[in-house]
Amino acid sequence: MSSIFAGLAQPDVIARYEPVIGLEVHVQLATATKIFCSCPTSFGAPPNTNVCPVCLGLPGALPVLSRHSVELAVKAALALNCAIRPKSRFARKNYFYPDLPKGYQISQYDEPLAEHGWVEIAVEGAVKRIGITRVHMEDDAGKSIHDGFRDSDRYSYVDLNRCGTPLIEIVTEPDIRSSEEAYAFLTELKQVLQFIDVSTCDMEKGHLRCDANVSVRRWNAERFGTKAEVKNLNSFRFLKQALDYEIARQVAVVEGGGAVEQETRLFNPDTGETAGMRSKEHAHDYRYFPEPDLVPLRISERWLGEIRAALPELPARKRERFLRDYGLREYDVQVLTATHAVAEYFEKVAAVSGDPRASANWVIGDLMGLLKAAGKEIADSPVSAENLGELLALIARGEISGKLAKEILPKMFASGEPAAGIIEREGLRQISDSGALEKIVDQVLAASPKQVEQFRSGKTAVLGYLVGQVMKATRGQANPAAVNELFKQKLS
Amino acid sequence: MNIPSLTIGRVREGLGKKEFSARELAEEALRHAAEENPKTNAYLHFSPERALAAAARVDEKLARGEDPGPLAGVPVAVKDVIVTRGVKTTCGSRLLAEYVPPYDATAVIRLEQAGGIIIGKTNCDEFAMGSSNENSAFGPVRNPVDPERVPGGSSGGSAAAVAQGTAVVALGSDTGGSVRQPASFCGVVGVTPTYGRVSRYGLVAFASSLDHIGPFSRTVRDSAVLLRAIAGRDPLDSTSAAAPVPDYAGLMDGGVKGLRVGVPREYLKDLASETAGLIERGIEALRGQGCEIKEISLPSTDYSVACYYIIATAEASSNLARYDGVRYTGRSANSETLSEMYRNSRGEGFGLECKRRIMLGTYVLSHGYYDAYYLKAQKVRALIARDFAAAFEQVDAIVGPVSPFPAFKLGEKIDDPLEMYLSDIYTLTGSLAGIPCMSVPCGRTAQGLPVGMQIMTNHFDEGRMFRLAAAVEGGVPPVTPGAAQPLP
Repeated sequence: MSSIFAGLAQPDVIARYEPVIGLEVHVQLATATKIFCSCPTSFGAPPNTNVCPVCLGLPGALPVLSRHSVELAVKAALALNCAIRPKSRFARKNYFYPDLPKGYQISQYDEPLAEHGWVEIAVEGAVKRIGITRVHMEDDAGKSIHDGFRDSDRYSYVDLNRCGTPLIEIVTEPDIRSSEEAYAFLTELKQVLQFIDVSTCDMEKGHLRCDANVSVRRWNAERFGTKAEVKNLNSFRFLKQALDYEIARQVAVVEGGGAVEQETRLFNPDTGETAGMRSKEHAHDYRYFPEPDLVPLRISERWLGEIRAALPELPARKRERFLRDYGLREYDVQVLTATHAVAEYFEKVAAVSGDPRASANWVIGDLMGLLKAAGKEIADSPVSAENLGELLALIARGEISGKLAKEILPKMFASGEPAAGIIEREGLRQISDSGALEKIVDQVLAASPKQVEQFRSGKTAVLGYLVGQVMKATRGQANPAAVNELFKQKLS
Repeated sequence: MNIPSLTIGRVREGLGKKEFSARELAEEALRHAAEENPKTNAYLHFSPERALAAAARVDEKLARGEDPGPLAGVPVAVKDVIVTRGVKTTCGSRLLAEYVPPYDATAVIRLEQAGGIIIGKTNCDEFAMGSSNENSAFGPVRNPVDPERVPGGSSGGSAAAVAQGTAVVALGSDTGGSVRQPASFCGVVGVTPTYGRVSRYGLVAFASSLDHIGPFSRTVRDSAVLLRAIAGRDPLDSTSAAAPVPDYAGLMDGGVKGLRVGVPREYLKDLASETAGLIERGIEALRGQGCEIKEISLPSTDYSVACYYIIATAEASSNLARYDGVRYTGRSANSETLSEMYRNSRGEGFGLECKRRIMLGTYVLSHGYYDAYYLKAQKVRALIARDFAAAFEQVDAIVGPVSPFPAFKLGEKIDDPLEMYLSDIYTLTGSLAGIPCMSVPCGRTAQGLPVGMQIMTNHFDEGRMFRLAAAVEGGVPPVTPGAAQPLP
């Protein structure tokens, strides 16, 4: 019987060691077509239908690099603060596998697209910089399906739809020191890449895949320990689980007087354990060499400048600015900077309404509630940012009450109309005109002698009742502040 | 109509004068080729449906008074490493014995757009690896000049088809001499254009950085016309060149007076005397027509064989990985595991020469050996290119032999791969430099064996190369097609 606690070091022992972690993250670029041919990248097509001679690796077919893939890869590399090489080169990574129809992957090796970047994460309130060694481009392989078929005991099936899907591989420096830091790094990375529309980073669809190089050493040791590569960390939870397991396993090995083996290990999500997959002796020799079917990739200064100029403000910057300029709460800032679309929407609402805090509340509360119920993304919101801003401006100008606005918004959401049209048609405009209100206030006072008596005898809480009567008479359209003021004048 | 006597120009004239229709010509060419093929085994299979459909399109265009294209009605043979939609493409390999590609090579599309009629696919060394055509899984090709002798390789079938007169022109592929050497052995014209001049899309890769598609013909003019039809930038091949394609046949005329022609001293030092004598006669013919002949040096020539067989095998080991029994290739029966399936399918499928080159290539790319072999070879390749660049500062063209010897006998050298590799020395340097090279017939030995002269010019200077070839062609007796005897 295996238990996740078998052969693992206890926390007090683990604490005597420093884990050293580097991540290799594969990200699927959000292009409509594949990296070396014009087949669609769409997910879920019937097996082996999104294919052509090029991505099938048929004899004689040749790759042609897609410009859009390069553009997205450069965008990602810039957002990760990398230096883009003016000239990079593709290389063949040779290995045999049934879902790799060419017998090699077209990747980049000694001349990658970009190098020397960094990402900042928050660690116990401080900012820590995780180095990015390199960002390179490559094509994805197909999918082998080993079970689920009647004859799966004898055959494996291969679906080559995914073959040639553009990927970038992001390799970090061994700067990560705990599973929490790894988690924070991947979270930040995912947000940045989503923010700049480079990838959906949908882990369930395999758009973001993560491997980790893990070693442990005594605190203050000079040299790194021997590392193991842990594969198949395909959710945030698995990443943390696998790293914690692997750190505890390695510490136990060292504590037991053994040596950590250099090997590739596979994380098993069912048991939460990592298990040896390939030893160093059996490591692949990929026999990299420059891809002769492609010319070197040259990125001109001009193109680089265009991509850089089109890059939006990145999440970290935006968070700082929202906190500082809008005076929002930390939590609200997190929500409002989660994606580029949300941040952009919010800023437009704030600009039109002139009230950032109210804008934050309405976007996070009412609007997101409506979107969630309708299963829509903010980019497809029937209520435009301008229209929501206008609605909030009407409240600010006292033309409608907040309560009324809460009734109007769902109608705007249903019809896509601006607030003004709905208010006009349904006669909902707030009555602020003191002449009109005074008449109603007088009527309420005349009809409520008992409450007037009570108020005068000091029970000021009865004012709420009186205001309520006015609201009732005006079907909610009276400006509550103005009504309050009038009552106070009349009763003093 | 007499198929062996045809040229592109003669076909054009015949169609124009309505002596025959494209369909009649195609039918006769198919019949004639099938009848002659047992003598040489030049064709692996014929493509009558495709040929007749193409001929019908030419006849329709003629009937409508439209230009049917520069190759209208011309029967063409295509080496079986160039993919043809719906027509088997075996690469001379058992692994692809039944492979029918679903798409056409760009050169094939252009050939047919120009009115060419593909009558069949020609035999070759397996995956274009070889210098004698003895490495075909479907039997060797016999040289039409002497059926006891090899036609050269790897494009032996295309050279033999043209020499035998069953096709007017043919397409071959050249990686280290696979067009020029068989052209020389069979006594026809064979052209390796500048690397990037003709799209490689649809040419089954042997060594991608060295692979070229090139024409065969009986006259220099026909190769010039064929090259123009298939050359030019192709968006499907990133390594194809955007340089404009001139009218090569038009550039042929005008004479060679005043052209500076270099003869590399490294090319003549170890040459068999009879071949050397014929090449020297060719050089004298050029001098006689006003060329200025200069001795030059290409000092890195000695390293070209080693350099080539590292780069070419390295790329081949990767290019041939896809023939693994998983998809279109033949799959070995009786395999229990995935690795057994790989090993058995490849072990049973590949011939000896392919295996040898895959192993060499795998070795030179292996961890720890890359720098010593592949990287070093790339540096030598740059030196060879520099030799040529320096030479072309002094001369307009370089001439020399294609092969150290004329066609040898079947079986004579097949057991000595090293000697076979070494005999590629004169063709490899030009391939490594990526410059245009060709073989033009330059006379026959006392035994009647053809010898070709190699002409090389600077990148994209095919025009001057053809002009010099025409001058050599005019100075030596032409080849008589159809000289082959039936196989015993």
